[in-house]
Amino acid sequence: MRTVDSKLIAGVVKELFIKANTCLRPDILSALKSARKNETISKAIYALDVIIKNALIAKNKMLAICQDTGMAVVYLKIGQSLTIKGDLKKAVSKGVALAYKEGYFRNSTVNDPLIRKNTNTNLPPIIYTDIVLGNKINIKVVAKGFGCENMSETRMFRPTDSVSNIEEFIVSTVKDAGSKPCPPIYIGIGIGGTLDKAVALSKEAIFRPLGRRNKDKRISTIEDRILGKVNKLGIGPVGVGGKTTAMGVSILTYPTHIAGLPVAVNISCHATRTVEATI
Amino acid sequence: MRKIYLPLTKDVIKTFKPREQVLLSGTLLTARDAAHKRLLDALKSGKKIPISLKGETIYYTGPTPARIGEVIGSCGPTTSSRMDPFTPLLLKYGLVGMIGKGERSKEVISAIKKYGAVYFVTIGGAGAYLSEKVKTAEVIAYKDLGPEAIYRLRVEDFPAIAEVL
Repeated sequence: MRTVDSKLIAGVVKELFIKANTCLRPDILSALKSARKNETISKAIYALDVIIKNALIAKNKMLAICQDTGMAVVYLKIGQSLTIKGDLKKAVSKGVALAYKEGYFRNSTVNDPLIRKNTNTNLPPIIYTDIVLGNKINIKVVAKGFGCENMSETRMFRPTDSVSNIEEFIVSTVKDAGSKPCPPIYIGIGIGGTLDKAVALSKEAIFRPLGRRNKDKRISTIEDRILGKVNKLGIGPVGVGGKTTAMGVSILTYPTHIAGLPVAVNISCHATRTVEATI
Repeated sequence: MRKIYLPLTKDVIKTFKPREQVLLSGTLLTARDAAHKRLLDALKSGKKIPISLKGETIYYTGPTPARIGEVIGSCGPTTSSRMDPFTPLLLKYGLVGMIGKGERSKEVISAIKKYGAVYFVTIGGAGAYLSEKVKTAEVIAYKDLGPEAIYRLRVEDFPAIAEVL
């Protein structure tokens, strides 16, 4: 049986958070560049020029893309034919703390939602684990800023509600968010499962690279329709008006209960920070 | 783009056109959620606050720590609407300018008009770019709040749009 030292995992988690926070996802950068070509309003062009320049400065200076370096979320897919030496969750926490210290990132986590004292380490992270086949470990990280997290929504639809009801809800969520979540945004949507499953799917949906089509044609048609409607809202880059309110829509679905139809919308900003590695 | 010098005066604010793009130079304060709550709690209970708000501009930001030799870390705007419950009282105490991102409440918009103040928006998510516009940074109050402390910043050609006048 393959053995992976938890120290190795700590090191990988650290590198992933440093990369996520300083190096904009290539698919996002190219979507921003296409949006720049497509915009005609001078303020929208200016905003996109600044955002693109920002990504270059961040990369060159190893500076955080955005000062909100997020709450640390870590997804672990652990192969069942694998042994981990040491304390896995402690190793993940160590990786997060080191990344935020050595990367000069902002510690944005408070010890208690009501007492609200900064832990000064950005700990604890949120860790999701999943056991899968194989002997590898896949680590996905999200540095989730709360400007956009705060604009996310969930609704429990009736099973008899239509797709257009769902689309209306998503478009109105984006409309209400306005310029707060730092558009152009990436819209993650979870449909089905239970309340918590829909929310989890909506966040995982953001990992799909922009430009990669949904394999399910029925769903990709819905994604295209939502994107079209959202980009007619006229919110535009950072809210100055224009054609690009969203760069993409990504939907994940899961079977659900006969009495329910949960829908979650997770809004992610133009500085969407996710990255993954497999050990 | 017109260059505007801080601190702002009410006469200068009167010259802004709606949604005019400007470049701000001069000094301002930073404050976000926790600092706003402390300021308001102090003002409401009649205690002295550690800063003067008269003629000041507050930038809603919580920067990342500065690397050695750098002035400041990444420092883009945070969502202004979270400061809405606190803003009218700060305007009453002399605040004239605010910089952030996103829409404001009806109450804040009418308070801005009442006091002849201005709310600017800047480029959300461009913290690395905006850090290059900051020339000096010093914590002047609530140091224990870490990234939420009140800083005095001196900025040069800081891009902003006069959103609410």
